[in-house]
Amino acid sequence: MSMLQAELHPGSGTRVGWLQRLHIDGVLLVGLLLLSGAGLIILYSASGRNEAVMLRQLVRLAVAYGTLFVVAQIPPGLIRRWAPWLFGLGIGLLVAVLVFGDIGKGARRWLDLGFVRFQPSEMMKLTVPAMVAWYLADVRLPPSPGRIAVCGFLILLPTLLIAKQPDLGTALLIASSGFFVLFLAGISWRLLGALALLAAAALPVVWYLMHDYQRQRVLTFLHPEADPLGAGYHIIQSKIAIGSGGLYGKGWLNGTQAQLDFLPERSTDFIFAVLGEEFGLLGILVVLALYLLVLLRSLVISTQAQDSFTRLLGGSLALTFFVYLFVNTGMVTGLLPVVGLPLPLISYGGTSMVTLMAGFGMLMSIHTHRKLLPG
Amino acid sequence: MSRPIPLKDNLLESRLFLHRVAAALVACLLLLGILVARLVYLQVIAHDHYRTLSEKNRIKTEPLPPNRGLIYDARGILLAENLPSYRLVIIPEQVPDMEDTLRRLARVIEIRPDDLERFRRLLARSRRFEAVPIRLNLSDAEVARFAVERYDFPGVDIQAALTRHYPLGPLTAHVVGYVGRINERDLQRLDPANYRGSTHTGKTGIERTYESVLHGTVGYRQVETNAQGRPLREISRQPPIPGSNLHLTLDVRLQAAAAEAFGDRNGAAVAIDPRTGAVLAMVSQPGFDPDPFVRGIPLKAYRALQRDPDRPLFDRALRGQYPPGSTLKPFVALAGLELGLITPRSTTWCPGYYQLPGKEHKYRDWKRWGHGLMNLRSAIAQSCDVYFYDLARSLGIDRMHDFLARFGFGRRTGIDLVGEASGLLPSSAWKRRVHHQPWFPGETLIAGIGQGFDLATPLQLAVATATLATYGRYHRPYVVAEIQQPGEPPVHLPHDPPVVLPVHDRHNWQEVIRAMVEVVHGRHGTAQRVGKGIHGFHIAGKTGTAQVFGLPQEEKYDARKLEEKLRDHALFIAFAPARDPRIAVAVVVEHGGSGGAVAGPIARRILDRYFADHPLTRDAGNSRTVHDMTTHRKETVRVPDHAAAPIQVRQAARSTERR
Repeated sequence: MSMLQAELHPGSGTRVGWLQRLHIDGVLLVGLLLLSGAGLIILYSASGRNEAVMLRQLVRLAVAYGTLFVVAQIPPGLIRRWAPWLFGLGIGLLVAVLVFGDIGKGARRWLDLGFVRFQPSEMMKLTVPAMVAWYLADVRLPPSPGRIAVCGFLILLPTLLIAKQPDLGTALLIASSGFFVLFLAGISWRLLGALALLAAAALPVVWYLMHDYQRQRVLTFLHPEADPLGAGYHIIQSKIAIGSGGLYGKGWLNGTQAQLDFLPERSTDFIFAVLGEEFGLLGILVVLALYLLVLLRSLVISTQAQDSFTRLLGGSLALTFFVYLFVNTGMVTGLLPVVGLPLPLISYGGTSMVTLMAGFGMLMSIHTHRKLLPG
Repeated sequence: MSRPIPLKDNLLESRLFLHRVAAALVACLLLLGILVARLVYLQVIAHDHYRTLSEKNRIKTEPLPPNRGLIYDARGILLAENLPSYRLVIIPEQVPDMEDTLRRLARVIEIRPDDLERFRRLLARSRRFEAVPIRLNLSDAEVARFAVERYDFPGVDIQAALTRHYPLGPLTAHVVGYVGRINERDLQRLDPANYRGSTHTGKTGIERTYESVLHGTVGYRQVETNAQGRPLREISRQPPIPGSNLHLTLDVRLQAAAAEAFGDRNGAAVAIDPRTGAVLAMVSQPGFDPDPFVRGIPLKAYRALQRDPDRPLFDRALRGQYPPGSTLKPFVALAGLELGLITPRSTTWCPGYYQLPGKEHKYRDWKRWGHGLMNLRSAIAQSCDVYFYDLARSLGIDRMHDFLARFGFGRRTGIDLVGEASGLLPSSAWKRRVHHQPWFPGETLIAGIGQGFDLATPLQLAVATATLATYGRYHRPYVVAEIQQPGEPPVHLPHDPPVVLPVHDRHNWQEVIRAMVEVVHGRHGTAQRVGKGIHGFHIAGKTGTAQVFGLPQEEKYDARKLEEKLRDHALFIAFAPARDPRIAVAVVVEHGGSGGAVAGPIARRILDRYFADHPLTRDAGNSRTVHDMTTHRKETVRVPDHAAAPIQVRQAARSTERR
């Protein structure tokens, strides 16, 4: 923990580092850089040494880090003031998407603004926890049942709008980011238990509401061998890739599953399997350690936040990041059904990376805009 | 700096928050623990399993089909060879849209309707990952044209393969047979491991009988493939062992001479070396072109062949069953002699008909006014029916059956070809068993002249003739002489020693053979045309005419008035030289009419060809000394200058051995 807390005690507050002035948290930045660096190495192999892919990913990373830097400069107070407006705007855009949105890969997720194609659901990943945190910021915690109910509404509305697109992965992330705010705000364990029971009871209803392809994914998760060349192919090949990697892996660029096209979606959602195949369990453990570093640092930052809003927002962002990680790795290793979520910071892909970095920007902002208190 | 005074209890909330973060962290670590446990299971515990699966994914074992053995005739002329050809194949599982692919493909390479029809037929019974040929025998230009467009056709590929070709086509189609695409029935018969990669298997003839020898042993290569199944590099290779080459006993020159002699008549001819049982020629007319069967004959063309009234697909030599007619008479005569019922000198009066005692029915002779007084020799030479009616009656059907059975009548010869018919040699027991009727004495008379129930294949007739020619040495006929494993000298196929028939008195056999010489060379012989212009040796022969249907009692048969389809079959059996037989021949001409006039000349053409290619040496040609094959002792024979005169034989050393 000492390294994670290194920034916390900057020599009795006398010396303010240049990183601090740039509103950058050094530990978090190092963790993110190491992860995205590892991601580039894996992507080079997963893409089949495709330099165009590498270039595009570098550009995206640059944009993402730029976003991080910009967001880090925004004081948390400003974010707090904007939160309800951004939330309202986000809901409006989500409705607009459902009405006018472009269809890509069978789902209506995109909004074409003329100059840029925009995914409002990405924005909601940050706006929903900010909104819930805003709503709970000034009240005594744990919140009253009435407030919890309002929070429930604030969470469910965007979640259902996004699930309708349909984008189950993002809906899941947004629901959990909102839920984490509630959880961190201290809603009672009894209520949590009741919610869990309610969720279990709601499963048949969810099943009924699900699209066919979503039901198929769940069935495939339960019995991947039932359709080895169809829906089960992804998960079977992914397990083979990881399992055949063994302890030490087949070596960089030497994964036969990945290099010979057996592994589908290998540079995007299934890139974790490439890591497992080429670098083995040890490589995975190194990467998981980096993720753990980022998670812990994020949680430390939120515990050191000075008010409810930043605490709740920071904690939620940190835990959502972990959900991201666990849903993807759980899917690739066959622990969870296939939900289309990328591996954060490593998978090839644009929008979600920028959102993610904006979230870390918020965390840095929370940390570096603190008023330093005398010990 | 002054501490901001919070409106709510920040310290308390901060502690609450810390607890919640701790709880969440514990949950996160727990979930990470589950993930790591899962990874340990996949990557350490089940690693071997997944490594195997990954290897199976990556490494495909591809069969390397062996090259099929070649088939040569006795002189080394190729009868079946493998020609390189390019074909366009489609691997169904790799084609995104079959109909679209076929449509676009047709713009690049000509695909005829029958190609498409065959492709769809094969597609229906192929597995998804098997390459199904859509076009065979691509030209170089077509190969090049497709290579340019290939990127646009996933799952479509060009394969180089060897295609079976039969250079002599119809001439050897029945004997050599043909290969065809392996079907479900073949799969039950073949070893699936050895036929991985083989598309064709022998369907008929030698190609079928010697399938195991011709096919060879499959080889394998291990290749690394990508997910689309395209081989990227070879990892290891076990080369296939090519099939063995076959050298036949068949002589295509003789074969061609026989086929030519038939002209446009239908029928069959079989020539055998009586000393060994080697089949020298085996012709069934008309023939057919076997090559379309290799490529996969379109249904329409196949139906047309099947419906052809001349039945070209039917192997008459092996499967055609004809009443042997008078060609059976020498064997019946021998039965009478050997069983002591007649002697060469005993005579029968032929008034042109024969009546069983106390019966009205007249069994007619083919010569309405009769032959007069007949002895053994004249009865055979002139093919007197009455003589044989009488002899058959004294023999009785069962003694006749038992004697003739020794020559192979009524059962398969066991030649190394599939689908042989067994013919029919009736007996009273057979009739009771099959027809549930007693044997009638009249039927014995008819059987005595090779009519009635009697049926024989041309091959059986040739084998029986060869057996008679060699004084009772029954050789199982065969068409494959030598098998040559690749890179090794040819090896003779071992053959069973001949079955030696009991010989009561060699004189009896000699008498019958002499009578057969009279048929060809005698003044009254029924096949005098056959013997014309023969010098230096004699031909022993016998004509036969097999009734296609029975005539009413008093009606005279008139070949000209009958439609050709109803005309009698013409038969002729012969061997030569009579004293030292090298070749035995049986000819059947369907609806040919007279045996002597139609079938005889064909036999003669075969003999001429044979002796042109195998000239007799002065010694053997004059038959001064004949190598007696039974005893390996020499007998000296005086051959008279006048062919028609009775041949006097003085045996220097008579065989006394009885086996």
